[in-house]
Amino acid sequence: MSKEKKVKDPRGKLGKLEKREARVGYFFVAPWLIGVALFLLYPLCQSFYYMWFNIRITPLQTVYTYVGTGNFTQIWLENPEFPQQIVTYLWQTIVEVPIIVVFALMIAIMLNGKIKCRGLFRLIFFLPVIIVSGPVMNMLVTEGAASIPALNTESIMTAFDAFLPTSLAESITEIFADMIMILWYSGVQILIFLSALQKIDSAMYEAASMDGASGWESFWKITLPTIKPYILLNAVYSVIFLSSNEQNELITMIQSAMFSGTKEKGYGYAAAMAWMYAVIVTLIVLLFFLLLGSKKDMYDRQVKRRQRAVKKEARLVKKIERRGKRNAKKIERARQKRKYKTYSGESDY
Amino acid sequence: MRRFVFGTREKEGAGKQIVVYGLLICIGFVYLYPIFSMISTSLMNQDDLLDSSINWLPGTLYLQNYLDAAKSMSFWASLLKGIVIAGIPTVLNILVCMMVGYGFATFAFKGRGIMIGLLLFAYILPSQVTMIPTYGLYSKMGIVGTLWTFILPALFGNGLNAPIFILIFYQFFRQVPKVLLEAAKIDGAGHFKTFVKVAVPSAGPAILTVGLFSFVWYWNESYLTEMYVQGLSSKSMWVNLVVQLKNFDSSFQTMQATGDAAVSLSEPVRMAATALSILPLMLMYLILQKQFVESIDRAGITGE
Repeated sequence: MSKEKKVKDPRGKLGKLEKREARVGYFFVAPWLIGVALFLLYPLCQSFYYMWFNIRITPLQTVYTYVGTGNFTQIWLENPEFPQQIVTYLWQTIVEVPIIVVFALMIAIMLNGKIKCRGLFRLIFFLPVIIVSGPVMNMLVTEGAASIPALNTESIMTAFDAFLPTSLAESITEIFADMIMILWYSGVQILIFLSALQKIDSAMYEAASMDGASGWESFWKITLPTIKPYILLNAVYSVIFLSSNEQNELITMIQSAMFSGTKEKGYGYAAAMAWMYAVIVTLIVLLFFLLLGSKKDMYDRQVKRRQRAVKKEARLVKKIERRGKRNAKKIERARQKRKYKTYSGESDY
Repeated sequence: MRRFVFGTREKEGAGKQIVVYGLLICIGFVYLYPIFSMISTSLMNQDDLLDSSINWLPGTLYLQNYLDAAKSMSFWASLLKGIVIAGIPTVLNILVCMMVGYGFATFAFKGRGIMIGLLLFAYILPSQVTMIPTYGLYSKMGIVGTLWTFILPALFGNGLNAPIFILIFYQFFRQVPKVLLEAAKIDGAGHFKTFVKVAVPSAGPAILTVGLFSFVWYWNESYLTEMYVQGLSSKSMWVNLVVQLKNFDSSFQTMQATGDAAVSLSEPVRMAATALSILPLMLMYLILQKQFVESIDRAGITGE
């Protein structure tokens, strides 16, 4: 029994060779570890510390004044722009990410079919990845090259306005106006979906169509479940991309707060802003994890449930057995103390 | 007729094909529309711009916009500097991320799971949180406004988007058959030699992917470039095309004030500047398009 366990878990004690291997592994990873400590963990702690202070940089020295939650109240109460931008950002991300993912999936499925000039189309759809950058997008947007005049948003706006509250309708029309931007952000996602689709075994589709499944059905029953992890991957990628993109006003706001010379702004103020922003981004990523995360499939769950039931039964049986034994012992003891008199059939009853 | 449009089980119908091609072409047009519009606008002179009968094709081929824009952006110098700014960190990124990815993939050591978790965390965390103290650190070291602000993090595996690259190499080296490495070991190669002689040569596709993406991302990163490498001062010598484009309006106006520009700041000039800043990457893309499009596929960015 003990021998078997040792085989199962070799980590109990490392052999000489394993120890050396581990050391070499640390050596390979070392540069990154140093980098993480230097450029991730240390700044992270420091900005956490900054956030509670008002920091003024004078030519001679840096003055730290503890303000507690002062930075936060300042941001939320006296800066009308920040809460507004946060709300816009939240709304935009939550609406745009599904659009990007669904659109990328559609394109990928079309490109994966039997079509001519597939290379040319791939070339076109991947092009934005190369040229997308903050200033370029800004230029294209301000000069109106990024919206198609044929896509007249006015009529859509009035149509939505009739049914929905104005703020909701406005944001929806904004999305229509920014349609090209949204499409442009889905280049990498298309490629990821394409390579995922190509890895699906075609024999599965053949088997399904043999059993009489239509293309529609096999999409829902085969394609979608197989690429589900990639949907999550793409959603997370999109969130990160949108939140670190220079079109995002919050980022420029943080930067300008950082370098602004006014009394109440500065490093501490910017750090507080950045932390709140980071928490919101993380929450959005978590939301998508919860929505799309891998639930184990039906079969797995049923097997697990069955196993749990079997274990429970076994435990119950043991319990009953133990209780029975205990009771038997009790009776035995009591009999020895002559508490119970058993009729032996000798004397009078 | 019905069979012709909707197709049978064996053969796709013409109707379905038309829909697919129609959609692809429409969306393709939408994709390319900004670029077409940019090019056509950038070639217009003042008269064409005001003439409402001219929509796409300008009356004459007018290149003055390009000349002025290039002068204002100091095109050649910015181009060369841009290549250096994107190139050196890219090379470092490839080397260091490859090493780290190899370490994660081949060796078993304590805390590996936690480290990979940390890697993902580093990817999700918006860089704005660490930006402020990092900027403080750099300015204390006195390297703001030099290229070191990009080289140093890249040297320690924390360059731009480095977690993605490390994960790409990690995935890739996990797929390299262990037998290959063991064979090298049996033949007497040490760990480091195995890495250099066996693992690195087999990692061609992954290196290509990481190189291309790292270069493109560094090239397009205007926010950090402006802040760290250029140091937010106009006197700094390090500036690339994208940052030039970001500050194009002001720089063009100062040029105009000195009387060097032949045209006034207008839509065509700005579009010409945009086209110029895109041009180098476009050329690279057209030459390396096959590698670009197939790279993700082969390097297994998607994982198994």
